[in-house]
Amino acid sequence: MELLKADNLVKHFDEVTAVDRVSFSVHRGEIFGFLGPNGAGKTTTINLLTGLARLTSGSVFIEGKEYSTKPKGAQAMMGVVPDESNLYDELDGIENLKFCAALYGIERRKREQRAKELLDQFGLAEAGRRLFRTYSKGMKRKLTIAAGIIHKPKILFLDEPTTGIDVASARQIRALIRELNQGGATVFLTTHYIEEAERLCHRIAFIVGGRLVRIGSLEELMKEHQQETVIELVVEAMGSETAEFLKRRFPPYVIHLSDERKLRVVSDGSIAIRPLLEALAEVSVTVTEAKLIRPTLEEVFVRVTGIESGLMRQEREGKKK
Amino acid sequence: MSSWVAFQTIVMKDMKTYYLKPPNISWGLVFPFAWMLMFYLRSQTPLDIRELLPGVISMSILFGTTSMLAVTITFERRSRSFERLLLAPLELSILMLAKTGGAILFGMINAFVPILAAVFLVDLSNVVWPAVIGSILLIATTSTFLGLFISIAVHEVFEAQTFSNFFRFPMLFLCGLFIPITVLPAFLRPLSFALPLTYGADILKAAINRNGILPLWVSFPALLLFATGLFLFSLRNIRRKWVL
Repeated sequence: MELLKADNLVKHFDEVTAVDRVSFSVHRGEIFGFLGPNGAGKTTTINLLTGLARLTSGSVFIEGKEYSTKPKGAQAMMGVVPDESNLYDELDGIENLKFCAALYGIERRKREQRAKELLDQFGLAEAGRRLFRTYSKGMKRKLTIAAGIIHKPKILFLDEPTTGIDVASARQIRALIRELNQGGATVFLTTHYIEEAERLCHRIAFIVGGRLVRIGSLEELMKEHQQETVIELVVEAMGSETAEFLKRRFPPYVIHLSDERKLRVVSDGSIAIRPLLEALAEVSVTVTEAKLIRPTLEEVFVRVTGIESGLMRQEREGKKK
Repeated sequence: MSSWVAFQTIVMKDMKTYYLKPPNISWGLVFPFAWMLMFYLRSQTPLDIRELLPGVISMSILFGTTSMLAVTITFERRSRSFERLLLAPLELSILMLAKTGGAILFGMINAFVPILAAVFLVDLSNVVWPAVIGSILLIATTSTFLGLFISIAVHEVFEAQTFSNFFRFPMLFLCGLFIPITVLPAFLRPLSFALPLTYGADILKAAINRNGILPLWVSFPALLLFATGLFLFSLRNIRRKWVL
């Protein structure tokens, strides 16, 4: 069931097109991932959906009702967690949560109760009376997420929720997102962590240069690239002449050397393994292992977008620093 | 109802986290008190203090509100906590009234420091208090909205401070508080009447010393018009500049 629908979203900043004819739907109860490098248009899309930026053209629907020009009407249904923790340094954890609850009109008694509930759920109960400025980055991010769901929104927007925090906190936050989703929350998550999208999201959209280049469930995205069979052979040692020999012997296969011990054989159809092993035995190459390679999301992403995953990794490390 | 809850909470939070912090309280007390003391030492008669009271009240409000609001909003925009407010289901006008509410209250509190000091030094029995209170409210509101206008034009906290002075000092010298408008060069006089403080100061002069040059029925609506105009113009600029 469709909760949010983005139809042909376009956003220009002067001459720059930040978001270019982007359309997608987010289903109720799912974690929808927006995966792309820095500057791909992920945050701008969130801003367009939540009313922090104005659409150049296109429409946003929530529960079938259009909010493109009047996003204020939809903001009570949304929880937004930006890529930087933006609570108040001068307030403590409970005060921050109570303040955020009041912004959504929650009455005084319920504010306190909900704040305490969330502090417990997020493992921050003991830090509730500490000033926000004294929190670690991971704690700040957790409290910011708690603030995003204080009013029990229908959809939670998480912009790069684990960027710039330590591994342990990132794991805790992923577990929390999963827990929130299992509790019924619909989540729209942007990330440039391919593994994060793979682990958390039910459906994923690849966004590059402001355009959606692919959208689908993990299985659907993988399936497109599973039409070809890939076998990796691990050998004791081998030179490039062996690969050339195999290429000549098996012209329908694409054969390349990953390193001096790994050989990849790719075919549109099935691969007969015995002739390969026999051919290698002829040139005295011993095969120690042979395995069928299934494409990872990273490989699919690289193939679809043409962006090397290493570049994404570098970007995120740069962002951490 | 839910807007009122949010409105109240924003005002209370700003009062607690910004305006009622010890440095600001001391600024609010020390600044007007220092001005009062300075003029008291200079003045020869109690009458002089009454003459100076409208000026000191106006300055206390002007300096207490414009830069305070401009600085706090610029600070919140830099730390992105202001985004949180923009994402709340609150109409922009209500949100900005809540954000300015704390500064207006702070300006009004500042205004009563010189009044309280003057109570002990001169006889204020024949002062028209409703007009004084009305003008304090409107000067505080107009000055705060000027601070809002400034905060939209700047990006950095230090710019908010310096840009505030660009408006404040010309206003002080041209509003008739220290140099009567009638003795200003002819080409500057129209400029005086284009400044909100001129009308606020004139109400105070009329209410405290009976020497205003404009009738109250002109000054009050003029101040109200300035306040409304600045607020609406600021809202328009926020929609254009902050919701890109």
